[in-house]
Amino acid sequence: MEIHIPTPLRTYTDKKETVSVDGATVAEGLAALVAAHPAMQQHLYTAEGKLRSFVNVYLNDDDVRYLPGKEETAVSATDELTIIPSIAGGTPSAGCCCR
Amino acid sequence: MNAILEQPETATELPKLSNEEIARYSRHLILPEVGMEGQQKLKAAKVLCVGTGGLGAPMALYLAAAGVGTIGLVDFDVVDESNLQRQIIHSQATVGMLKVDSAEVMLNGLNKNTKIVKHNTMLTSANALEIFKDYDVIADGTDNFQTRYLVNDACVLTGKPNAYGSIFRFEGQASVFATEEGPCYRCLYPEPPPPGLVPSCAEGGVLGILPGLVGVIQATEVIKLILGIGEPLIGRLLLVDALGMSFRTLKLRKNPECPACGTHEIKELIDYDQFCGIPKATEVGPLEVASHGAVAELPVVDGIPQLSVEQYKLALDAGEKPFLLDVREPHEYAIVDIGAPLIPVGQLASRIGELTIPKNTEIVVHCKSGARSQRAALILKENGFTNVSNLAGGILAWADRIDKSLPKY
Repeated sequence: MEIHIPTPLRTYTDKKETVSVDGATVAEGLAALVAAHPAMQQHLYTAEGKLRSFVNVYLNDDDVRYLPGKEETAVSATDELTIIPSIAGGTPSAGCCCR
Repeated sequence: MNAILEQPETATELPKLSNEEIARYSRHLILPEVGMEGQQKLKAAKVLCVGTGGLGAPMALYLAAAGVGTIGLVDFDVVDESNLQRQIIHSQATVGMLKVDSAEVMLNGLNKNTKIVKHNTMLTSANALEIFKDYDVIADGTDNFQTRYLVNDACVLTGKPNAYGSIFRFEGQASVFATEEGPCYRCLYPEPPPPGLVPSCAEGGVLGILPGLVGVIQATEVIKLILGIGEPLIGRLLLVDALGMSFRTLKLRKNPECPACGTHEIKELIDYDQFCGIPKATEVGPLEVASHGAVAELPVVDGIPQLSVEQYKLALDAGEKPFLLDVREPHEYAIVDIGAPLIPVGQLASRIGELTIPKNTEIVVHCKSGARSQRAALILKENGFTNVSNLAGGILAWADRIDKSLPKY
């Protein structure tokens, strides 16, 4: 299964845009991503191990939060996961990023 | 599809087009999906562009070109040369001008028929609802999470659709939020990221053309909403990857638990800095002073009140005459001065007797950028002066923000 990594998080995946992982569910796929790139842990998960509320994970075109099985939804090798971060930029020079 | 915008006017009540306008918009008029009625709807429409930066610039330009009758611009910033890499509504000739003034020049140059309404202010919880109420569509081209949530909540509360766009480096997002049936920004992002997890400036930056791409997508959505044609990005998030030049849309759901558009527990605007975990700004731009008439208090350092150049300017404008003392070196004074007597900080203790003013006189000390004057203020205090403050940012801040005619060194 391929996981698409958004630009802001590529710093933590050796600049890779996509990471191939094995896993039978969404959660397993994400766990494999974090195992391969440990720096992703704090960006995806809270200290309690829950997915952060400002990180959206999509299985193909659907928000995992709204799938009946949520993170336990079964996936196949041809499925794609996409991580959607919050970005606020319009003119990054003066905004959020600098505080 | 259902009309997204309330359109109380029937075609007969829509504003008529002049012959000049008919000629100007002929490529719209011969398009059946726009036609005469559509062009009249555009003329009647009022669109608010929040921000006239990277996203707002192309958006406002195309909206004006398309014949949108009224375009509101919210910005408190001034044009900087570094903006011109992407903010094509501004130009070299308008560097240093207020962005709303600069944008007005360009927009009126493009279309004299467009009415430009300038809101030279920072959008805040105190003014957002009042500003939004006069518009049909809001287009969010801001650059920080606080304002994103503020725009969203104000759109939900006022029932105005939000043509949203956002960019980061080579990536963009666009959607239409806060329509009656669709999701809002909070449905997608219930909470902002904590400030520490947001990339720093050094990791920031943006490909200059990317906001052009995304801003034009926002303008397209605005036009579709006004005309009631096509399928707006309601319930969909468009992801733009400029490097791969790939466009994807993901489905967005309206969250029934959403405190803004679901449960409606958010009944008024909140403190968005607090919500986003951002400390209160300690220094504000000059335009906030102009628009709010008050400025944030700077902290007191070692018992010396720190006075912003805006506060000092306000005091002068109010007729106060604090004793201003310059503590730089003579060769600096030769480059530029703001009319204060000069006693270099290194000589201050020995020359204190030259200050024949009463000890309780209000004294403001300045240097180049605020460090030496702080030391000088402490010296004055030790010598019995009781009302001494430091001009934060010094003459550079004054030249930057108050008297732009002054050179900076």
